[in-house]
Amino acid sequence: METATTIESKQKVYFDLTTSPHLHSKWSTQKVMWFVVAALIPSIAAALVFFGWMQIFIIITAVVFAVGTEAAIQSIRKKKVTWFDGSAALTGLLLALTLPPNFSLSATAIGSVVAIGLGKQIFGGLGYNIFNPALVGRAFLQAAFPVQITTWTQPNFAVDGITSATPLAAFKFDKIFTDTVPMAIGNVGGSLGETSAIAVLVGGILLIAVGIVNWRIPLSMIIGMFIFGGMFWFINPQNPSPIFHIIAGSFLFGAMFMATDWVTSPITNKGMWIFGLGISLVLVVIRIYGGLPEGVMYSILFMNGFVPLINRYTKPTIFGVVREEKK
Amino acid sequence: MSSKTFHGGVHPQEYKELTENCAFEVIPLPEEIILPLAQHLGKEASAQVKKGDDVVPGQLVAKAEGFISAPVHTSVAGKVISLGKELTSSGFPKDSIVIKTNGTVEAEKILLPPLNPETITPDEIRNRVAEAGIVGQGGAAFPTSVKLSPPKDKVIDVVILNGCECEPYLTRDYRFMIERPDDLISGFKLIMKALGVKRGVIGIENNKPVAIKLLSEKLKSEPGLEVVSLKTKYPQGAEKMLIKAVNGKEVPPGKLPMDVGAVIQNIGTAIAVHDAVVKGEVLTTAALTVSGKGIKIPKNLLVPVGTPVQNVIDFCGGVTEDAVKIVVGGPMMGVAQFDLHAPVMKATSGILVLTKDEVVENPETPCLRCGQCVGACPLNLVPTKLARYSQLNKFEEAEDADVTVCMECGTCAYTCPANIPLVQWIRLGKQRVLEMQRERAATTK
Repeated sequence: METATTIESKQKVYFDLTTSPHLHSKWSTQKVMWFVVAALIPSIAAALVFFGWMQIFIIITAVVFAVGTEAAIQSIRKKKVTWFDGSAALTGLLLALTLPPNFSLSATAIGSVVAIGLGKQIFGGLGYNIFNPALVGRAFLQAAFPVQITTWTQPNFAVDGITSATPLAAFKFDKIFTDTVPMAIGNVGGSLGETSAIAVLVGGILLIAVGIVNWRIPLSMIIGMFIFGGMFWFINPQNPSPIFHIIAGSFLFGAMFMATDWVTSPITNKGMWIFGLGISLVLVVIRIYGGLPEGVMYSILFMNGFVPLINRYTKPTIFGVVREEKK
Repeated sequence: MSSKTFHGGVHPQEYKELTENCAFEVIPLPEEIILPLAQHLGKEASAQVKKGDDVVPGQLVAKAEGFISAPVHTSVAGKVISLGKELTSSGFPKDSIVIKTNGTVEAEKILLPPLNPETITPDEIRNRVAEAGIVGQGGAAFPTSVKLSPPKDKVIDVVILNGCECEPYLTRDYRFMIERPDDLISGFKLIMKALGVKRGVIGIENNKPVAIKLLSEKLKSEPGLEVVSLKTKYPQGAEKMLIKAVNGKEVPPGKLPMDVGAVIQNIGTAIAVHDAVVKGEVLTTAALTVSGKGIKIPKNLLVPVGTPVQNVIDFCGGVTEDAVKIVVGGPMMGVAQFDLHAPVMKATSGILVLTKDEVVENPETPCLRCGQCVGACPLNLVPTKLARYSQLNKFEEAEDADVTVCMECGTCAYTCPANIPLVQWIRLGKQRVLEMQRERAATTK
C-alpha cells in the first residue's frame, strides 16, 4: 500500500494503542472482593466479642479451605489460579459467618469445599455460578449436620435464660419474642455474623455508599418485609411484626451480603426489585409456615434460581423507544 | 442550583484543574501543515491546488463536493509540496494537501466581506457558514451549514448550545465561554436566526459555575435565551442526553434531534459562526486543550488547522518520561495515536498525554453480572449481553438486541469492575451487524 511508505518515512512514536475509553474507574474484581471482606470486619468483630475469640478458628478454617479448594480445582483444570482475587476468600468468610458459634471445624472445612466445589467451580468458576456459593455450602451443612448447625451457644453477656435459643427459634417453638434492643446489638443467640444487626448495617451501608451493593436489593427486601410480614401480622398479631422479622436472624446479613452477591442477583434495576420482594415473600412464608425457624438461606437460593428468567423479562426499554410507540 | 440530567452515566475524575485557568495561547507557525480533504462527515472536498502552487492564508484549497461536505482553507502562507494519502488522527490515511510554510513572512490573511449581523438574512448566514467551511466542533465534525438547513417539514422549536464539555480534561469550551461570551452569544443568535427559532438554551454542567454565572447575567437582557445548569456527568454532552436533560424529550433510535424539534450546536461552532459572519474569517484555526499528566506544560491553544500533533506537544514542553498514551480528542471517545505526524483538524478538541497513573489498567476477569454497565448505559442497553454476543460471534442475536443503537460513549467499559472491554466488543458487533444489513440490502435489490 502506498500509505505504508508514507508512514514508514515519518518519525515513529509508539505508545499504548488501545481504543477508547482511555479512562477506567478505579475498581477491579480484586479490589471489590477485598473491599467486601473489609466491610465484614464489624460483623467479625461482633462475633468475636459475643461468642469468644475462639470463633476466629471457624473463620480461618472456612477461608483457608475455600481458597485451597479454588486453587486445587483451578490447577487440576489447568486454568489460571486466581485465589488472590479474593472471591474464594470472601465465600469462605461468608460461609463462616452463617455458622453457629463453636461449630465443628472439620464440618466447616467440608462446607467450604462444597461451597467452592459444588457452588462455584462446577459451573465454570467466578461469574458463572447460579446459586450463592456460600449458601450452597451452608445448605449442604444444614442437611449433613442438622443437629450441630442448630445448636446455639449462649452469648457472652447473656442476661436471661432464653438467649441460648435464637430469637427466631424462641418465636417458632415457644412463641416468645425477644426484645429488639439486644437483637440489634447482637447480644442474642444466633450465627456468628448475623448476631449484631448494627455491625451488619455498618458494613452494608459502607458497601452501598461506595456503589458495590446496589441499594435496590436490600431496600426491596425491607419493603417486602413490611408488605408481606405486615400482612401476616395484621391478620394475626401472634405472628412476628415486620420489625422483628427484619432484625431477627440473618435477614439483614442476607440482605446486605448474601442476596447482593453480584453473580447471583439480577443485572437490571427492575429485576433487583422483583428479586428482593420475592426473597421477602418466600422468607415470610418459610418463617411462619415452614418447619424451620429460619429461612433466609433457602429464600435467597430459591430466588437465585429465578435470576436468569428475571433478567430476561426485565430488559430495560431502550432510550426513546416508548415515546415512539405511544405516538 | 437546580441541575437537570438524564438516567445513567458515570462521573470520572475530571482533571479540568490542569487547564481551566489557562487562557488560549497562539502556537507559532509549523514548518509544514497537512490538510486532509475530509475533515468533516460527508463527501471529501476536491482539491483546487496542485503541487508547486503558492498559497496565502485563508485561501480556498479544496472546495465542497455536494450537499454534505465542507471546503478546506489553508491556515498558512507557503507552497503546496504534495497531494496524496497522509495519516490522520483517526488512524486511517486520507487524501491530503501538504503545504510547506514560508514562516518568515507574516502574510496578510484573506477575509470574506464582513456582514452585518443585524440585517443579515437566514440564507446569507447559511451561505457564509458553508463558505467558511465550518463544521461541528463537538467531535463528529458534521458540516454546520447542513445542520442549519433542516427539511421544511421539521418544526424546530429550540436550539441548544452544548456547553457541557462532559469529557474529562477538556476545557476549551469553558475558555471560550469565559473569554469570549459576547461573541459566543452573537454566534448563537446567528444560528437561531438561520433556523428561525425563538428559543435558545445554553446547557452547561454545574462544574463550571463561573461560566454559568457569567452567561446567565449576559442573557438576562436577551428574551428567549437562557442558561440551564446540568449535572456534571458523562455523557451529558451527547446530543440525546442533552436534549433529555433540557427538554425532557427522548430522541428515538435512528432519529435525529430535529425529529423532536431540537438542534444542537457546540460552543466552538457558535464562535466560528460569529467570526465568519462578523469578521469574515474562514475556519482555519482549531481551539484545543493540551492536557494530561504526561504533558510538561498543559495549555489551551489556538492552532492552525493542519499542524502536526508533534508540534503542539513540543510547544507544550514535550512529554514526561512516564507518558504511555497520546490521545487526540477526549479521554472517553478520543483516538490513541501511534504517529505524531498526524495533523490537528478542524474539529480536534484536545490532545492528551496520559501516564500509567491515569490509564488504569487492571486485569480482565469474567463478567460478575453486577449490572453496573446496565445501570450506567445512558441508552438503556444491556452492554454485558451485547459484548457477549460479539465474543461468541452471534451477530444475529446482537442485531435483535439493538446493538446498532449504541453510541459508543464508553460508559460501560469505564464502569466495568471486571475490566471487560465492553464498548470495544460492542463496536465490533455494531460494525458486523451494519455490514450484514448492507449485504442484505444489496441482495434484495
